[in-house]
Amino acid sequence: MKEAIITIKDLSAEVEGRQILKGINLTIYPGEMHAIMGPNGSGKSTLAAILAGREGYEITGGEVIYGGQDLLALDPEKRAAEGVFLAFQYPVEIPGVNSTYFLKTAYNEIRKHRGLPELDAMEFLTFVKEKVKLLHLPEDLLKRPVNYGFSGGEKKRNEIFQMAVLEPKFAILDETDSGLDIDALKSVSQGVNALKRPDNAQLVITHYQRLLNFIVPDFVHVLYDGRIVKSGGKELALELEETGYDEMMPAAAVPA
Amino acid sequence: MSTSTDTIDEAVKSEYKYGFYSDIETESAPPGLNEGIIRFISDKKKEPEWLLEWRLKAYRHWTTLQEPTWQKADYPKIDYQDIIYFAAPKSLADGPKSMDEVDPKVLETFEKLGIPLHERMRLAGVAVDAVLDSVSVGTTFKKQLGEVGIIFCSFSEAVQDHPDLVKKYLGSVVPHTDNFFAALNSAVFTDGSFCYIPKGVRCPMELSTYFRINAAKSGQFERTLIIADEDSHVSYLEGCTAPMRDENQLHAAVVELIALDKAEIKYSTVQNWYPGDENGKGGIYNFVTKRGIAKGHNSKITWTQVETGSAITWKYPGVILQGDNSVGEFYSVALTNNYQQADTGTKMIHIGKNTRSTIISKGISAGHGQNSYRGLVKILKGAANARNYSQCDSLLIGDQCGAHTFPYIEVKNSSAQVEHEASTTKVGEDQIFYCNQRAISTQDAVNMIVNGYCKDVFQQLPMEFALEAQALLSVSLEGSVG
Repeated sequence: MKEAIITIKDLSAEVEGRQILKGINLTIYPGEMHAIMGPNGSGKSTLAAILAGREGYEITGGEVIYGGQDLLALDPEKRAAEGVFLAFQYPVEIPGVNSTYFLKTAYNEIRKHRGLPELDAMEFLTFVKEKVKLLHLPEDLLKRPVNYGFSGGEKKRNEIFQMAVLEPKFAILDETDSGLDIDALKSVSQGVNALKRPDNAQLVITHYQRLLNFIVPDFVHVLYDGRIVKSGGKELALELEETGYDEMMPAAAVPA
Repeated sequence: MSTSTDTIDEAVKSEYKYGFYSDIETESAPPGLNEGIIRFISDKKKEPEWLLEWRLKAYRHWTTLQEPTWQKADYPKIDYQDIIYFAAPKSLADGPKSMDEVDPKVLETFEKLGIPLHERMRLAGVAVDAVLDSVSVGTTFKKQLGEVGIIFCSFSEAVQDHPDLVKKYLGSVVPHTDNFFAALNSAVFTDGSFCYIPKGVRCPMELSTYFRINAAKSGQFERTLIIADEDSHVSYLEGCTAPMRDENQLHAAVVELIALDKAEIKYSTVQNWYPGDENGKGGIYNFVTKRGIAKGHNSKITWTQVETGSAITWKYPGVILQGDNSVGEFYSVALTNNYQQADTGTKMIHIGKNTRSTIISKGISAGHGQNSYRGLVKILKGAANARNYSQCDSLLIGDQCGAHTFPYIEVKNSSAQVEHEASTTKVGEDQIFYCNQRAISTQDAVNMIVNGYCKDVFQQLPMEFALEAQALLSVSLEGSVG
């Protein structure tokens, strides 16, 4: 049996004294794409944030093993260097900072961490231009400041582009479909599909089934009130779309 | 984990690299200010009678003035009788010498600061006038510049060698009656740089002055005068540092620029006076009056400043746009960290027709720093079609600092166009986390965000200095995030 990329065991967490995650169990193996679906407030984005290392969450139980390490003990930049990537639901604007420079810094940090030589500006530019072509993105993206003045769709595409450049081992896509029109959704999905490889894994977080028309996950999990209440294959997403979240929940999981 | 507010607060703590003191044999005047001291300074510099009279007039006027209180800065009252107004390395106290006669410790001091003065080691492409406390140590590339008719020397030498030019322009842009500190400077100024670019000459290298305060308890009162004759061009840069001390020291300079028809002066400052320690103890009071007059038609004056040092900065480099079609520009980055206070901005006075001015101000506040932009745009009656564009941005790092904006606009001509934009942003934890998630450390993230924010101003600096300014900003922000 292959070794898991990430194993989440009984993970519980609070935000400002409120219990959000109530014991999450999830194991993801190389080559797999998992989707987590759930209604607003079920804890989807909290899970993404905790895995990436955002501050403000208190872990009250459980653990996360990533590449044999205790993931939750690492600083966020260390996690990123180890190959954890979060495609943000709301990508952040950094005015005045050139996208290429930003990505080169990130890329070289990761290379440094892996004991590889850093790429100089010219080498990086050649490399990054290929990636731009691969994702059918306009080259002027490289010259613009990071996400600054980007439309919603451009920001999401830029996240996928960064993912293509940084080649993570484990990517979390946090509601990458939200706010996208159908064309942008298609183009983002193509990007994600193109990046799927036998040695990496993806965790796609979404509220709606429509993303899963374009990105086909191997497993679908339903998150409800801080717990995974149902897991299955891609057909689960369709079932969910028809019945709605409330219908599907076992009576015990529905808060009174 | 490293993205909370306390970690942001921590990122602004770093050692001041230039805080060393050199043990140089120094000759100084006793502390205190009176006519006797002024006569002593004038005598030390072997000045002509007219200049002594000029100083005394300024001093008598100064005694009638009150120290201003309108600026947004709190500091204990300065005792002007407790300041030493003249301090010079013994080897230089009686006027300029050749480099061989200068105390090697003086040269060493500048070498340590990265400003080698010796013929064989000096910086390529940059002529430097080095000022230590009250005197100029030496000026490099004087001969080469002289070959194209450029005069670049210490102010004291200019008084001896070019009295007509000094007499004609001294106080013509900043009269001694201008303000309290200008009056004080006019009375007791010691050294500084003098520069004259003749008609039609484009200065072949960067000119620069490096100011260093070394002696304790002394104030530095430099005077710089730059005259660009018709159709000439010059780019000038000043840098400054001082030892770390618990007491505050006063630096009150006056800089005057004169641009005649079609002349262009670009004046850049990288100010890194000792800012005081992380508890706000010590540091330089930097109370400076800088002004240029774009006197001739189609002339242009550009001020670019990167202010990272000093406990208090009080400075408004301005341009009087007298010539028709003249242009004034002001680009500023001011950073206050720990307990630093900066009240800085510009004055653009439009007199001539079709005059244009641009103001780009970027304030950065970290720690307990307080940063104020204060600017005046004044369009006089005759300034038909004058235009101004101002942009004042403030960036906050952490939640203990402050940013303030005081723009004043006076328009007396209805054909003028004046635009003012302002913004305040915070280096967000979101931005830092975003960088962290891309494997970039918090400190690197803050540097990147701040440098991105200052880009418009750094682009105005000469290449080498832009890099230096970026590095300086990074050092000044060190520890503002952990």
